[in-house]
Amino acid sequence: MNILGISAFYHDSAACLVRDGEIIAAAQEERFSRKKHDAGFPGKAVDYCLREAGLADAAQLDLVAFYEKPFLKFERLLSTYLACAPRGLPTFLKAMPVWMKEKIWLKADIREELRFEGPFIFPEHHESHAASAFFPSPFERAAVLTIDGVGEWTTTSVGRGEGNEVELLEELHFPHSLGLLYSAFTYYLGFRVNSGEYKVMGLAPYGEPRFRDLILSELIDLKPDGSFRLNLRYFDFMAGLRMTNRAFDKLLGGPPRKPEAELTQRHVDLSRSVQAVTEEVMLRMARHAHQLTGERHLCLAGGVALNCVGNGRILREGPFEKIWIQPAPGDAGGALGAALLGWHHYHEKPRQIRGERDAQGGSFLGPSYDAATFLEQHTIPHTAMNDDELPSRVAELLEQGKVIGWFQGRMEFGPRALGNRSILGDPRRLDMQQKLNLKIKFREGFRPFAPAILEERVSDCFELKNTSPYMLLVAPVKETLRLNGEGEEPSDMITRLKQRRSTLPAITHVDYSARVQTVSAVTNPSFYGLLTAFEQRTGCPVLVNTSFNVRGEPPVCTPEDAYRCFMKTEMDYLVVGNCLVDKAAASRSGAFPIADAKKPVIWKSPLLDEELDCSVPALRRFAFTIGTVLVLLGSFMLWGHRTAGWPLLSLAFLLLIISILVPASLRFVYRPWMMLALLLGSIASRVLLTLAFFVVITPIGLLQRFCGKRALEFGFKSSETNYWQRRTAGPSDYEKQF
Amino acid sequence: MSGKISILREFWSFLRVRKKWWLAPIVILLLTLGLILVLTEGSALAPFIYSLF
Repeated sequence: MNILGISAFYHDSAACLVRDGEIIAAAQEERFSRKKHDAGFPGKAVDYCLREAGLADAAQLDLVAFYEKPFLKFERLLSTYLACAPRGLPTFLKAMPVWMKEKIWLKADIREELRFEGPFIFPEHHESHAASAFFPSPFERAAVLTIDGVGEWTTTSVGRGEGNEVELLEELHFPHSLGLLYSAFTYYLGFRVNSGEYKVMGLAPYGEPRFRDLILSELIDLKPDGSFRLNLRYFDFMAGLRMTNRAFDKLLGGPPRKPEAELTQRHVDLSRSVQAVTEEVMLRMARHAHQLTGERHLCLAGGVALNCVGNGRILREGPFEKIWIQPAPGDAGGALGAALLGWHHYHEKPRQIRGERDAQGGSFLGPSYDAATFLEQHTIPHTAMNDDELPSRVAELLEQGKVIGWFQGRMEFGPRALGNRSILGDPRRLDMQQKLNLKIKFREGFRPFAPAILEERVSDCFELKNTSPYMLLVAPVKETLRLNGEGEEPSDMITRLKQRRSTLPAITHVDYSARVQTVSAVTNPSFYGLLTAFEQRTGCPVLVNTSFNVRGEPPVCTPEDAYRCFMKTEMDYLVVGNCLVDKAAASRSGAFPIADAKKPVIWKSPLLDEELDCSVPALRRFAFTIGTVLVLLGSFMLWGHRTAGWPLLSLAFLLLIISILVPASLRFVYRPWMMLALLLGSIASRVLLTLAFFVVITPIGLLQRFCGKRALEFGFKSSETNYWQRRTAGPSDYEKQF
Repeated sequence: MSGKISILREFWSFLRVRKKWWLAPIVILLLTLGLILVLTEGSALAPFIYSLF
């Protein structure tokens, strides 16, 4: 039985194929489309999943599972407008056109895209997260904790998994969200929401948590069991286009930092403070999950599970013996969870545990490519090696301080590079972190790099009792490897960054922590082989491992992407399969021009945030439409004995001739005409929606409030011991969109 | 088209089951606006249509 899971239309769309309970393929659309965090329908990822499963088309699928319930999300959105009206018009104008035109119809649109007539299910957003955390885990039974920004209504859920069942027990609801609190600070610190959260986490160790108590007293009412409410007086994410408001600025002593502006100690301290609060909430929630379920193991998912510092603290200080974190814990992983729910819940199929190993297979669930053919086709100079030669030669280059692009086998599913689409370096070199950040990844110098280590050697270098195959746990570097500097810690961030803190300086963060990846011989033999070769040469079982991309681009997918990225940066060597490419030789050869891949014929308007399809069929359609109107108008005029009809008919004829002979030249008319059409459409849409907002939504919202009904729960309740909401209903009705 | 009609039917059942009748006028209005916008926005006909008003 083949089940396709889809997550899409918010951020990080993805597809996943599960066959008889086994994960066959999973991939994020951004890797194929090359648009970071692509939120569109994951058509290319779906095509790949079908191909990998050997299916000719989607008609051969037995079930399609979408990762959330759109109607409940729409209900939450409208309830928010009612609760905030007459405020909220800007977000209403932004969100509603997309909902009315696309999101509300997504079931029909997905069916049409796939040409699929079979059964279709819609688990809840947090059910999908919980399933993605528990079903692939190596545990027969476990507590489950999912934390993110928001799904339909739920922002956090605690549950239990056992055998082929996962059940949510308690929830926290919008607008009270740990993910949104973290994103609010991400915004305030001048980073992009939904992608800059890593930067806040990376920045935190440079600072002091001097705003921690202020956050806990003013912004959030945190109960001992980890449940909480946000003080909505300080946030603008419900009614505005910003995450925080003036009250927030006043409370924290200044306006939001402008993107790319200088990072001051205050910003760094704010990062540290929100990180400290987040860790505290995560720890309390984990303890509560343990109390509620009595389980020994914990499974984690949801965007907040990417907070690997918090995960590490749950493991070290929490009550669980082991934890397992879904390697794609964000929305992309929802596709996987939805598909697995289709198998275990909807079809009630049993689940099989495979001993100590999880069912995610190292998360190498993406496409693989024939590397040698690519290099030969493009006459790229390279040295082909056998399985013994390659690791020792690459280890030698790494020891010399070279930076290697490492492209092997199937692409990873999830945001982390785990050794198949990686950039590698020697962690013992002090300059490696700066070199990788500034010359290769072109990103902020403060950002740390992660170590990949042989699984059985992890306890030699890090204080870690769990394996961490997916780089989602931060652990302290062993005391024995640390080099404690003398005197006071310098205050300047860059000076602190450049200090040698351990014998592995490139992966040791300023607080002596590291985001560890343990590499197994079972799930990634080629990377394991390289680490072994490096250890044999140097005695060090660790390499710096960072994703194979540059700032602003998704990690590479194909050998072409890898080669293009390799040639654009200062990487020294590229390993594609068993072939080694030397940058110097490749540059000399001039093979395979590195211009960006041919893009579709799209024109982006400088005035409106719209893209126009300028392909020949689109231009011909345009000529036909305008031509038809001109013929109708012209005929009507002639019918009324007006000679002005002839020029219109002639113009229509001219358009027809041009569209047949030189259609490309139509774009000079097409672009301004369509811009006018879009501009008029945009004005009309705004006028109509503004009227709807003030004439219908605002009176209903005010009436509701007047009658004492509130669509959302606001305000702190000091009399309550907790804010958890018990889930009374069982699993949702999967076939319904609500 | 039949897929979209079935979605409208499901939406009606959603309002009934969850007893969210107060959403009905909002949704009907928004869907009507959506229809107008879909028919006009981004179409080459838009300048002709809007010039009528």
